[in-house]
Amino acid sequence: MSEQLISGWGRVGVVGQQISSDDLFGLTQDVSLCRGLGRSYGDSSLPASPGMRVACTTLADRLLHFDPSNGRLRVESGVSLRTLVRLLLPRGWFVPVTPGTSDVTVGGMVAADVHGKNHHIDGCFGSYVDELLVRVADGRVITCGPANEPDLFWATIGGMGLTGHILEVTFRMSRIPSPWITAESVRLDGIDTLLDELHQSSSEWPFTVAWVDGLAAGTKLGRGIVYKGRWSEQTFGRGSPMEPNRVPAVPFDLPHWALNRWSVGRFNDGIYLNHGSRTRAYMQSPYEFFYPLDSIGNWNRVYGRRGFTQYQCVIPERHGQEGMRQLLQYLSEKHANAFLCVIKNCGDEGHGMLSFPLSGMSAAIDLPIDRDTQGLVDFFNEWAIGLGGRIYLAKDAFTRAEHFKVMEPRLPQWESVRRQWDPAHRIRSAQSVRIFGDPE
Amino acid sequence: MNCIVLGATKGMGRAVSRALVARGDRLCLLGRNQEDLNRTAQDLHVRGELTTAPETLLCDLGDPDTFSTVLDAAVTALGGVDLMVVTAAVFATQDGLDQDPGLARRLMQTNFVNTIEYCEHASQLLLSNGGGTLCVFSSVAGDRGRASARIYGSAKAGLSTYLEALDHRYRRQGLRVLCVKPGFIRTSMTAGLPPPPFAGNADDVAGRVIRAIDRGDSVVYAPAIWRWIMLVIRLLPRFIMRRSNF
Repeated sequence: MSEQLISGWGRVGVVGQQISSDDLFGLTQDVSLCRGLGRSYGDSSLPASPGMRVACTTLADRLLHFDPSNGRLRVESGVSLRTLVRLLLPRGWFVPVTPGTSDVTVGGMVAADVHGKNHHIDGCFGSYVDELLVRVADGRVITCGPANEPDLFWATIGGMGLTGHILEVTFRMSRIPSPWITAESVRLDGIDTLLDELHQSSSEWPFTVAWVDGLAAGTKLGRGIVYKGRWSEQTFGRGSPMEPNRVPAVPFDLPHWALNRWSVGRFNDGIYLNHGSRTRAYMQSPYEFFYPLDSIGNWNRVYGRRGFTQYQCVIPERHGQEGMRQLLQYLSEKHANAFLCVIKNCGDEGHGMLSFPLSGMSAAIDLPIDRDTQGLVDFFNEWAIGLGGRIYLAKDAFTRAEHFKVMEPRLPQWESVRRQWDPAHRIRSAQSVRIFGDPE
Repeated sequence: MNCIVLGATKGMGRAVSRALVARGDRLCLLGRNQEDLNRTAQDLHVRGELTTAPETLLCDLGDPDTFSTVLDAAVTALGGVDLMVVTAAVFATQDGLDQDPGLARRLMQTNFVNTIEYCEHASQLLLSNGGGTLCVFSSVAGDRGRASARIYGSAKAGLSTYLEALDHRYRRQGLRVLCVKPGFIRTSMTAGLPPPPFAGNADDVAGRVIRAIDRGDSVVYAPAIWRWIMLVIRLLPRFIMRRSNF
């Protein structure tokens, strides 16, 4: 078994052994962690220490049962969201919740309890999961659900794969009236109008999100575009949308200076100015609406070898708007290279014990890694703690254990369930060593 | 088309089965493990929106005495046969085989002797059903004697030669024999090996194989680039091959 560099989407890796098989039951007998397509940004899916063995689930991609009368689907955990969309969109079904990329496995969607543009009304993916088949640390395979071993179930939803290896997932797909999205977008020239628009449109639109120019400052602070969408009732004679061809992948690492404040600033100007000041209404394929970056293979290479991270936090409703304003202000004052910035309003907290979203505003900011990143993340974490906010583990690579503990009052409950099923913390990741103090 | 796939549960067999189901072909799946066959049949059932899951039958390439019974049962279940696909085989690295002479013997027996015996049964069945296609997965490893694939490669070389001969013998009677030569493909078979440049994935191979079946080709490399890579490798003089480690 050869050792290789294993990294997440942010491209900072650990040397370890990655084994792979289409037989998940055999594969998971002696591994410290399962990982899927490696789209978590930080160290969630990385071996706890160099040389440790992790299992890649992506060859376990069988669909085991589908009931077209109610949309219930049972799958092996390595099946990708891309596959599900390709197969089921033309038949009038879509996942109830989707993250911003389809290059994730269903197992990963459960482990991170992913949320999407519809969080303000539909919640997280975990709310639609009926049953999980989990291999716990002592080797037993346990069936759990909201009524059966509920503690293990809700600790696994959003549990970053640390409570057991997720082998199979049963969840409910959603019926859609057509395979097209009716979309609308509107440009706003500052943070206040942008947040108002986001707030207002959320009562009328099931899918909403705001792109913000993270480099704009002064009077332009927080300028951006609010995107809204809903499933079209009419298709005007269109058939099922084609999955877009992948344009050639970014073929090599760009040099680290290629993305700088000037180049990204001009790029952001382009997006902002190109939109125009009028509200745009259009019909869009779900591929374009939900997964705009998926058609560019390996786009993370634009960040070069140093890699990048995403700082994503959610601030409770009562401080939400003010929090977003402060965040952008700080980014601007600190001259942080906030290259991609997305704001989303979230609905109620889910049942997953470590599930990220809570009722309020979430911001996600891509930051190239440099020597200031740790300090910046520390600063924002302390700020978020002050407002009662918390961070998203699936994006994180820098949060300190002491900060996470304060952010997460639910942590002791989750830890006690984890201890019950895995007292020695045999299942662990680089992230769990960093944040939960697991042995290396 | 009515298709019988040996090795349908894993890797390329799984991918080919999915591609066949997607275009409306009827399948009977053969494999060694009933539970695994059931799961794959379910997968095809869901993916292909079939009214019922495909038939499954146990068949082990290591047990040639069962071939004729199983194949007859498969043809009966489908009510005829137009295509037979064989992806099953034993795989091991040369290092693994050097350490385990028993495994080496089993590999040669399975990949050469038993596979040919299976193909003999399969070709007769196809001929008695009015012709059709026999599609067998060999390997680029059989195209040239390589130090790193001494046993596996030579068994595949023998298989490729047999398939060519079989194609010559029966093509005029309506039996088309397709020899598939995949390069390095990321499947459970190659899991753990460091992927070389131009490594492919099983779905791309499946698409290419199905086009080759439809065209009536007798040899197909997959991914396509391997045709040219192997052309160069076949042309390399021996003294270069001897010095290279691959």
